[in-house]
Amino acid sequence: MNNSYGFGRIISTIVLAMCLKIVPLPVMFAVYNPDWVLLTLIYWSLAMPERVGIFHAWTFGLLTDVLTGRMFGQYALAYSLVIYICLSLHRRLRQFPFIQQALFIFFCLLLSQLLLFFIKNIQDTAQLKPTFWLPVFVGTLCWPLVYTVLRFVRLAKSIKTD
Amino acid sequence: MASIVLLTMEHISPRLDPVRAGLSLVVDPIKYLVDLPTETASRISNSFSTNATLKEDNKKLRETQLLNQIRLLKFEALEQENIRLRALLENSFKLGEQVLATELLSVNIVPPYENIVVVNKGTRFGVHPQQPVVDANGIVGQVFRALPNSSEIMLITDPNHAIPVQVNRNGLLTIAVGSGELNRLNLPFLPDNADVRPGDLLITSGLGGTFPQGYPVAVIDTFTPPANKRITATPKALLDRNRELMIVWSDKKSVSLAPTQAPKQAGVEENAHE
Repeated sequence: MNNSYGFGRIISTIVLAMCLKIVPLPVMFAVYNPDWVLLTLIYWSLAMPERVGIFHAWTFGLLTDVLTGRMFGQYALAYSLVIYICLSLHRRLRQFPFIQQALFIFFCLLLSQLLLFFIKNIQDTAQLKPTFWLPVFVGTLCWPLVYTVLRFVRLAKSIKTD
Repeated sequence: MASIVLLTMEHISPRLDPVRAGLSLVVDPIKYLVDLPTETASRISNSFSTNATLKEDNKKLRETQLLNQIRLLKFEALEQENIRLRALLENSFKLGEQVLATELLSVNIVPPYENIVVVNKGTRFGVHPQQPVVDANGIVGQVFRALPNSSEIMLITDPNHAIPVQVNRNGLLTIAVGSGELNRLNLPFLPDNADVRPGDLLITSGLGGTFPQGYPVAVIDTFTPPANKRITATPKALLDRNRELMIVWSDKKSVSLAPTQAPKQAGVEENAHE
């Protein structure tokens, strides 16, 4: 019972992240819009590795693919790879100081962005603009925010953690 | 893993389209949810507009309607004449086009240097990929992917989009390639001695078969003569300011005017003209 309730909470935060991902912004700000879905998934996989795994990352990646009209499996691949790394390192990561954690997140976002770029390049020749990398930096800066908000969500009515 | 298989599968064949359509039913509500604030805002501003402004609008619209109707009268006569003249040339004539009004959903699904927008009608209304999309001023783009409840439209300014065009003044054919910026098209394939001038109107040439012939596309920007390789044009359609778009069904099969009726009419036409 409690289990399904907690999962509902996870899903609703991810849906919210999907909304944020496609929210209309003026072009000036749109280039900064980080990958909220990935940030949320990273948080949940670090906080509750037994609840959110590669399968979830893959599923939500696929849904993101459909949402953003990308090639099938593009986000799914990137997300599941990043979440795999997070899962295998989550014990160590929880001990890290905040700065080090943010650095790790930076590399996660960079990896995902690189993968997306490679796949796009296979599909058609993508232009590599300098603004392409901005979401990675902004995502890293947003990590404390995501962390605090999701931590609040998680502890609001305690979902059992390990 | 599975995603790599999926990626290659989609790269090779369109067999996954139904799966995408199914999954889109799950995520489409998100698009509508994000669109909701804009939608409500426009509704509120609609319901709070005063009686006076409405009357004013009504009057203006009536006037333009009258003007358009008069123009249409002439247009119909011209169309008939055109059909008859084409019959004279034993040519075929394309049927008229049908349009479907759609509304933009205000969502950003791609990074801003890719110009893809989402509209609120999809395969349920019979929309299919590669349909041309226009607004009141000119060509906007083409349907890139049709989902059940929404469809993705690639604007003519997308870097991956090219549209065959023709200079309206002299019929010079070329291709306009998107630049990634909403207010610019590039014309990279013009020779140095091409006869183009700033202010020339570009219309669709109908080559390629996606876009029907004769819709305005863009106007050539000012350029300094030796820079012919870097001629640009400004799209006629209000790509970033319009919420209403029209999806066009242009009938692919052209109607050949059978000789049973053509010679008679042709004769009449000839007399009328000489």
